[in-house]
Amino acid sequence: MLTIENLHASVEGKKILDGLSLSVGRGEVHAIMGPNGSGKSTLANVLAGRPGYEVTAGRVTYEGVDLLALPAEARARAGVFLGFQYPVEIPGVNNVYLLKAALNAARRERGLPEVDAFEFLTLVREKMKLMRMEDSFLSRGVNEGFSGGEKKRNEILQMLVLEPRLAILDETDSGLDIDALKVVASGINSLRSPERACVLVTHYQRLLEYVVPDFVHVLVRGRIARSGDKSLALELERRGYDWVTGAAA
Amino acid sequence: MSEPVNETNRELQSLISRGYQHGFVTEIDSDTVAPGLDEDVVRLISRKKGEPAFLTEWRLKALRHWFTMREPHWAHLKIAPIDYQGISYYSAPKTKKDGPKSLADVDPKLLATYEKLGVPLHERARLAGVAVDAVFDSVSVATTFKERLQAAGVVFCPFSEAVRTHPELIEQYLGSVVPYTDNYFATLNSAVFSDGSFVYVPKGVRCPMELSTYFRINAMNTGQFERTLIIAAEGSHVSYLEGCSAPQRDENQLHAAVVELVALDDAYIKYSTVQNWYPGDAQGVGGIFNFVTKRGECRGRNSHISWTQVETGSAITWKYPSCVLRGAGSIGEFYSVATVNNYQQADTGTKMIHIGRDTRSTIVSKGISAGHGQNTYRGLVKILPSAHGARNFTQCDSLLMGAQCGAHTFPYVEVKNPSATVEHEASTSKISDEQLFYCRARGIGEEDAVNMIVSGFCKSVFKELPMEFAVEAQNLLAVSLEGAVG
Repeated sequence: MLTIENLHASVEGKKILDGLSLSVGRGEVHAIMGPNGSGKSTLANVLAGRPGYEVTAGRVTYEGVDLLALPAEARARAGVFLGFQYPVEIPGVNNVYLLKAALNAARRERGLPEVDAFEFLTLVREKMKLMRMEDSFLSRGVNEGFSGGEKKRNEILQMLVLEPRLAILDETDSGLDIDALKVVASGINSLRSPERACVLVTHYQRLLEYVVPDFVHVLVRGRIARSGDKSLALELERRGYDWVTGAAA
Repeated sequence: MSEPVNETNRELQSLISRGYQHGFVTEIDSDTVAPGLDEDVVRLISRKKGEPAFLTEWRLKALRHWFTMREPHWAHLKIAPIDYQGISYYSAPKTKKDGPKSLADVDPKLLATYEKLGVPLHERARLAGVAVDAVFDSVSVATTFKERLQAAGVVFCPFSEAVRTHPELIEQYLGSVVPYTDNYFATLNSAVFSDGSFVYVPKGVRCPMELSTYFRINAMNTGQFERTLIIAAEGSHVSYLEGCSAPQRDENQLHAAVVELVALDDAYIKYSTVQNWYPGDAQGVGGIFNFVTKRGECRGRNSHISWTQVETGSAITWKYPSCVLRGAGSIGEFYSVATVNNYQQADTGTKMIHIGRDTRSTIVSKGISAGHGQNTYRGLVKILPSAHGARNFTQCDSLLMGAQCGAHTFPYVEVKNPSATVEHEASTSKISDEQLFYCRARGIGEEDAVNMIVSGFCKSVFKELPMEFAVEAQNLLAVSLEGAVG
């Protein structure tokens, strides 16, 4: 589904990704771990097409298409979803309005009719229940006055409604208490299917207890230093990143 | 990686080149007075309209006063010199001798013009439930729904007609809120005003529909000087909307209107404006000078006047819809969205003059600046010694798009009564790259994302507009900000 080959990228002239290669197949969940500054979030943002992230070499193929040639909105419509580490507030723009516009943009792309307000509300309410969100959320502005935990749950809610083929979740677990973490994890798990794939960018092993990955990769200085299965995450937790960074140095 | 020329950018290009939508000129025979201004011209206008002597005299007093005045330059505006003797002060489409009796008599070309503008004069009006008075250059061409309004006792007609049918009301109220000595442009208007709308809602009547006037400047080298007067008698209720547009021309055209509102005891007037005069081209050539005096007086107890304006057009906007809160317990409101793009300039805001006890006012101003646009909020909250317990809340927000534009805020507060409460909140923000990217990462294109964010910014003003016009205002805003980001 997704093939990243020898990816080099920099931000404000500073080199962050340094020859990263990764292959993600359908139905797979990959966890990307690594110390601060290793390039985890840069990878997520480069894949989603955030302006300011300059790709200097390498290629990324998604479903046979050159992903890097597409603007951000086209990537999203093609089924790539970025769960933001720091979701931004957009005052006055209704949460549900943005989500409906997003869903219809993706449906238009696929040649499907737009959903009407009634169908949409039924769908959102169903997913909100899963994410244990209150009805009042429907009338609020996008992330306006949300707590950190609410923002993250909102990201997962959007993902559940949009049903992306490839979800890239950037530190969705950070700042969540244990109950919220479980809710978020069950949301992610509910979308697991042989048709979809997920890349979890995370700092800690904690989330991976609830969303069990098929592969775990450790990113060090902009490239993958070590790959393995879920046991790698546990070993990292026990021995710390020094264990890998030392080996990679 | 160099930024690929994507679909959105291409769309953007075509949208930008589309430009102003209402810039067409209607080929029609006009009866236009030669440029220039003196007492003879004023007498001519008055005679053409068959006005009573008191009105001719009033105009002449205004003209004489105007000759003693100087053009004001205190606003934060750069104004090219205006040659007041080079303007024609009267232009009317040539009609059959006695003028149109009904819509069927109106020149089809005129009707087609309004059709193009999306003003529903015919069946569409009936469906929309809006009574429309259309002013073309200087003359009112059609007023719809007369019968239904008459049944309710509401008078809604061209000003020039009201002068003939209700001279006593005109004599009593004209100039009672904006005197002919008020300011340079209002005084000029008092001397040469041509037409406009007149509304009288009798005691206890709730006007059965929205009233609307559509103004259009067509002829070249003419100014448009409408005069609108709305009187809401005791306990009555009326909602009124004006819309405006003008053809695309290289020279600036002057629009100096005066609007007076009078609300008696327990009356309510809601006045909404969606202003889309031609703003000039991308280099700042041409466009309308929109120098307007709008003032409402809450004359009666517990009366209520609410101004809502969405200003997207004009090369220069200079207007301060204001409320004189004389009646005890009266309420004044001002909700404004002002947008400037390219080289447009706006200096707009309001004055809330608290005279009566327990009077309240609310000001919500949203300024959006893009391109090289300069946007100024200027507001005065004045609490007189008599205004015991008066309260004001002001919120002033500015949104900047790009690095060349400007936003300026001049709030003046004068409090002469210690029991008054005055609150002021202000903010300046930018559409952040973060917000744009967030929308794009959800599949929403850049242009749509900008519109969404701007609409969110303006939400507290848009919700004050009558439903059908809120949508129009939102679309207009989208058009006027095309190409502002990207």
